[in-house]
Amino acid sequence: MHLVYPAVLAVLLFCVGLYGVLARRNAVLVLMSVELMLAAVSLNLVAFDVWLRDATHAGQVFTLFLIALSAAEIGIGLAIVLLVHRARGTVAIDELRALREPRAPQRETE
Amino acid sequence: MNTTTAAVLVPLLPLAAAALILLTGRSAPGYVRPLAVLPTLAAAALAVLVAVRQGGDDPIDAATRLTPTGGIPVQLALHLDGFAVLVAVLVAVVATCVQLYSIGYMADDPRYASYAALVSLFTAAMLLVVYADDLIVLLVGWEVMGICSYFLVGHYWETPAARAASLKAFLVTKLGDVPFLLGILALATDVGTFRISTIVTRLTSSLSDHQLDHPTLIALLLLAGVAGKSAQFPLHTWLPGAMAGPTPVSALIHAATMVAAGVYFIARLLPVFAASAAALTVLAVVAALTLLGSALAALAQDDIKRVLAYSTIGQLGYMTGALAVADRDAAVFHLLTHGAFKALLFLGAGVLIHTAGTGSLRALSRMDGLRRRAADAYWTMAIGLLALAAVPPFAGFFSKEAVLTAAEHTALGDTHGAPAVAGWLVLVAGLLAAPLTAAYAARLFLLAFYGPADTRPDPVPAAEGTNPVMTATLWVLALPSLLLGLSYPWLDDWWDGGGLGPQLTTSVLAVAAALTGLLAAWAAWRRAWSDPAPALLGPLRAPAAAGFHLDALYTAAVVRPTLAGARLVRFLDRAVIETYVRGAAAAPGRLGALARRAQTGNVQTYLSAVVAGALVLGVAAVLVAAGE
Amino acid sequence: MTSRELLSPSGQDVVFVLVGLVVLGAAVLCVTTRQLVHAALWLVVALGGLAVQYLLLTAEFVAWVQVLIYLGSVVVLLLFGLMLTKAPIGPSPDADSGNRPVALAVALAAAALLVTLVIDAFRTAWIDLDTPHGTAEQVGDSLFRTWVLPFEALSVLLLAALIGAIVVSRVRSRAGGDR
Repeated sequence: MHLVYPAVLAVLLFCVGLYGVLARRNAVLVLMSVELMLAAVSLNLVAFDVWLRDATHAGQVFTLFLIALSAAEIGIGLAIVLLVHRARGTVAIDELRALREPRAPQRETE
Repeated sequence: MNTTTAAVLVPLLPLAAAALILLTGRSAPGYVRPLAVLPTLAAAALAVLVAVRQGGDDPIDAATRLTPTGGIPVQLALHLDGFAVLVAVLVAVVATCVQLYSIGYMADDPRYASYAALVSLFTAAMLLVVYADDLIVLLVGWEVMGICSYFLVGHYWETPAARAASLKAFLVTKLGDVPFLLGILALATDVGTFRISTIVTRLTSSLSDHQLDHPTLIALLLLAGVAGKSAQFPLHTWLPGAMAGPTPVSALIHAATMVAAGVYFIARLLPVFAASAAALTVLAVVAALTLLGSALAALAQDDIKRVLAYSTIGQLGYMTGALAVADRDAAVFHLLTHGAFKALLFLGAGVLIHTAGTGSLRALSRMDGLRRRAADAYWTMAIGLLALAAVPPFAGFFSKEAVLTAAEHTALGDTHGAPAVAGWLVLVAGLLAAPLTAAYAARLFLLAFYGPADTRPDPVPAAEGTNPVMTATLWVLALPSLLLGLSYPWLDDWWDGGGLGPQLTTSVLAVAAALTGLLAAWAAWRRAWSDPAPALLGPLRAPAAAGFHLDALYTAAVVRPTLAGARLVRFLDRAVIETYVRGAAAAPGRLGALARRAQTGNVQTYLSAVVAGALVLGVAAVLVAAGE
Repeated sequence: MTSRELLSPSGQDVVFVLVGLVVLGAAVLCVTTRQLVHAALWLVVALGGLAVQYLLLTAEFVAWVQVLIYLGSVVVLLLFGLMLTKAPIGPSPDADSGNRPVALAVALAAAALLVTLVIDAFRTAWIDLDTPHGTAEQVGDSLFRTWVLPFEALSVLLLAALIGAIVVSRVRSRAGGDR
């Protein structure tokens, strides 16, 4: 099989995930997009591992680790999202703007 | 205790007193009075002891080098000759009297502690100047006096007049001090030492035959400092203004310390000045101008202290006149007698002001019973004014006589060293000033104490009685005013021995002039029972009352251009430089405001920017890689 | 390794491309759909397709792990997340933020750049799929010989994540949260 197939698929999947992260409003959907990006990376790892015939199967083992890590990430992320939802009543990330510059900045006293 | 130790203690005691008062004045106000009086009294006693031990014999020198200073060494040196010990006695005695007097005069003053400390420090500085043999050490005392006079003249700093006067005193004397410092350095470089005694020895010894390279320049530079400190024309303007200080301070500054320092300094360094005929001539011109101008101005003043202030300037003119004819015996003799009677006059005026509540002669001339209420002041001021008017046998007569005699000798070419023209200038000016001096002395006395009852309708305000210490001080000072002049045969032995006795020609002339002045003043006063000044001065009165508009001249020539320059600088600073400063602050501020608007708080925007940036970097990397 | 020509694909290539299209389509639907629950389900499709791709690449162990963990637990977690945050059933008009055009531009630019680079770099690279390279035996061998230490470390990390998730969820409720 041509290596370009999985590589290009991974790239496109990654960019779709990137689009989702940048465009989605709901925090849970953003987390899903992050999963897509991680999956793209996993595909890359597996494809290159098979291509290189690595004796230690580094790519596939890393993929396994990545799956475990993403599970952990999704657990923590969802916990945070739930917390935010409880505290703010919303999970729309463009409404969570506590760190923005105030509208009427006080110029001299800072 | 040997003589040197005693002499070292003389300035140290008031200095220690000043330090102690400054340290403890606030916490223990009860100790301020003994601390102010006793050390000064002890210093006076020690000064007398030193004078007696020295006894007009060979000078005693003592020097110690505290630290290597590189170049010309600076030493902590004392030089005790007849001049030094006697002037020190005068200074210490007058300072003691002033401190005693201040106990009464400043009794109710809330800042008595700092006042007493500064007077002590002032005394210490003057005694240091008197005893010092090293020009740098002398300069230290000289400058300490300057700053003390600033503080003391500005003692009543609540009033704008006192603030202005203290600043003026400080600035004007500083104006003289800058050339003075240059002169000291030039002199020391020329001779190769800071020791006054060494300088004098080198210049006068026939063996070394040392000549100064630039005698006129050095003498004129030193002269500027002397004119500032001793209130000689044209730097005399600070002195009448310095009357804004407490009266005892005026007595101290005008009689014994600050103004005497300049004259004393020239007396110590007379060979330097005598080396330049031009400098002596300048000194004579200054003295003549000072003599006549101050006498006219004194005649026109209304405030009793300003009359005395101008008279001080005039008497200092006599001293510088004597120095201009290279006779330091006469100058220091007049310094001593003037110190005594002028201190007496100021303290007496203080009693008058204390009693009457005003220092204006016009107001005093309308008060009845002042003679009774201030009997001690009346009698002692009579003595002091007679001494001032140089009526024999009071002290002023003999010392002024010595000055005139010296001037006459120079004028007639009997002495070598000083140019004859200087002698003539001093002689003529001295003789012309004599009747004026007598006239203003008489005017002051008549206006203050005499006159028919119908011209004196106002009663003396019912103030509390004068402190007995104050009147006692007056009598203590009246004694030398009366008798010091008669001591000239002994003083001759202490000093150079040039002969201080009165001579027939000048005596007759001077006494005649004094009596003329007295009688003229009396006659003019008697005619209308009013101020004799308008009749005597005529059209000169208004300019004389204003000090011949010298202040206005200074204002036009110096103050206004300075203020205009300051305004220009302020304008440049505000309008030009500050614009850059503000711009430098505003430009980053605007940029910051722009950068601020990027801070939306939206994480997606940030992340988009980050990814876009990474993309740009990636494209750039690819292009660079492709280009190679 | 029967053919090395790009335009003469083997059966595996064809299957790979077809499944790849499904995966991509599911992913695109996942990030564009207005129904939140559908997004999660499209994610399931995409991840499941990826498992097929792993199988095609002879990485069977990874494929099963993908099915078990991703499909079995992660997606379930995500569905729980949607449920707990009271996500609406049915289309929600505000599923996309105002950043969408920027996101599209950035994603397309990234895709263009990366695809160009990848194709340019791996034009001539071929994968030998005749001998399997990812059986459970092989991967297990490597995992417990070479990678045993990172594997154990990972267990600690998972434990930490577990505790962290519990702590993050608990602190609020004890502090008097609204639940």
